[in-house]
Amino acid sequence: MSETPVDEMSFEQAMAELERVVGALERGDVALEESIKLYERGAELRKRCEAKLKEAEEKVHAITLDAEGNPTGTKPVEGL
Amino acid sequence: MDLIDEGPDGNTPEFSVSELAGAVKRTIEGEFSYVRVRGEVGRVSRPRSGHVYLDLKDDRAVISAVMWKGVAARLDTPPEEGMEVIATGKMTTFPGQSKYQIVLDDIRPAGMGALMAMLEKRKAALQAEGLFAPERKQRLPYLPEIIGVVTSPSGAVIRDILHRLRDRFPRKVLIWPVAVQGQSCAPEVARAIEGFNRMTPGGALPRPDLLIVARGGGSVEDLWGFNEEIVARAAAASEIPLISAVGHETDTTLIDYVSDRRAPTPTAAAELAVPVRLDLLGFVGDMGARMTRAMGQRIEARGQRLRDVARALPRAEELLTGPRQRLDVTGDRLPQGLRRLVDRQRLRLSEGAGSLRPSVLVRAVNVERGRLTDRAARLAPALDRLAVQKRDRLGAVAARLSPRPIRREVAAGQERLANLSKRLDAAQTQRVGDLAKRLDALGRLAETLSYKATLDRGYAVVRGDGHVVTTKAGAEAASGLEIEFKDGTLRLGGTAPKKATKPKPPEQGSLF
Repeated sequence: MSETPVDEMSFEQAMAELERVVGALERGDVALEESIKLYERGAELRKRCEAKLKEAEEKVHAITLDAEGNPTGTKPVEGL
Repeated sequence: MDLIDEGPDGNTPEFSVSELAGAVKRTIEGEFSYVRVRGEVGRVSRPRSGHVYLDLKDDRAVISAVMWKGVAARLDTPPEEGMEVIATGKMTTFPGQSKYQIVLDDIRPAGMGALMAMLEKRKAALQAEGLFAPERKQRLPYLPEIIGVVTSPSGAVIRDILHRLRDRFPRKVLIWPVAVQGQSCAPEVARAIEGFNRMTPGGALPRPDLLIVARGGGSVEDLWGFNEEIVARAAAASEIPLISAVGHETDTTLIDYVSDRRAPTPTAAAELAVPVRLDLLGFVGDMGARMTRAMGQRIEARGQRLRDVARALPRAEELLTGPRQRLDVTGDRLPQGLRRLVDRQRLRLSEGAGSLRPSVLVRAVNVERGRLTDRAARLAPALDRLAVQKRDRLGAVAARLSPRPIRREVAAGQERLANLSKRLDAAQTQRVGDLAKRLDALGRLAETLSYKATLDRGYAVVRGDGHVVTTKAGAEAASGLEIEFKDGTLRLGGTAPKKATKPKPPEQGSLF
């Protein structure tokens, strides 16, 4: 089992790990004790994935530039 | 001007330098107010003023050219050294330096061939540097948090991208506005790519984790900015993964070779950039369901097994009945058995104890004492008897010890001694007799052999002073002489010898 804490995983890592956990549970070749741990980890991973998927907010900004073309900040862009 | 002025040079009018330069300027500008010239671009310089200075040349001549800022910004294809171009403009002079030049209104590649040839050359050079190598390509993040888009802030392109992002997975988007054609396109695009890379993740201007460089379709000249080397180099150097989406699917610009992924259209770029959120939700939900199901099955299977095993397990009561019964039976029998054992032992004890009385012991002692007295009584006679026996034997032996045999032996010894003495005497006598006889014989023999015999035959022996004298001289010397004859000795002269009655035996007298 990967030792990376779930909180530090990218969405992609969490997803791959979740898939692995589910596979292991479905194969049923781990001890019951272990499978409970797997299930808990899977639930955690699932929560992580769902949280990431909920962070689906669109925010569009345009960078403002000075006369020399250096970025000075951003301004929201709407209506596109 | 006095045209009829007489001078040493005839009627040739005289100009000031400025007048002449001005005349030349008017002539040239009048004559070449609109020209179209074909040539190769030579050295190009772009000072900060924004104007562009360049040389147009062919194999024999060079003409300086200048392009004012406004004109340069309008160009689709900025002139570049080595480019075959057709330029339009008007000729003018620069009197201060005695120069003439062409002020360009427009300059464009002399046909597609020229432009493409140049692009190929550039592409080959970048490829030789390894900028197109597949191993340089970075993997796109699966789900970028912030997407940086380098494009025109207005227009269909950004709208297409945002729409598609919204459909798939709404994200934070940072737009870096740039000119997507014309002279300033390439430097702005390059600067935007570099600018995004310079941002810090999570900063005031948060650094994107994916870049899209996009432009809609257009002519080759329109897209030319994305063929510029500075753009290609900036894209290649970008540490943020970069998707290029310039023009339509059939348009391939230089940036497409160096970008990490090439999208045929801006919409396709958005599709490459993010996964579909609903799909992912479905996936995660599916995973959750599968996990729960697997776990449920797991637990159900275990539960079933537990129940099966539990069924096979006999009840505790049943397990205990048999032993408990045995315990009861045995328990009942225990005191009884114990009692029986005690009885049996008590019986053995009393049996043993019954015969164990003092009288028995006394009897035994008396018996033993009797035996002892008996033995003791028999002891002294036995000893006496033994002594008598020994004495008798001694007597018998002593009796056999008598002096007679010794005496007999002594007598025998004496007899033998006497016998031997006798034999010794006899032997001695005989031996002496023998010897005497032999002595007589020898004496007789010696008589016969002695000089005395010769005396019988008339010979005499003369002696002087005791010694035999054989010579006259000796006789003379002697004090007296004795002459021995057969019948005796005659003394002559001298003193009478003291004992001369018997002559001394000769040296060789008797053998004895």
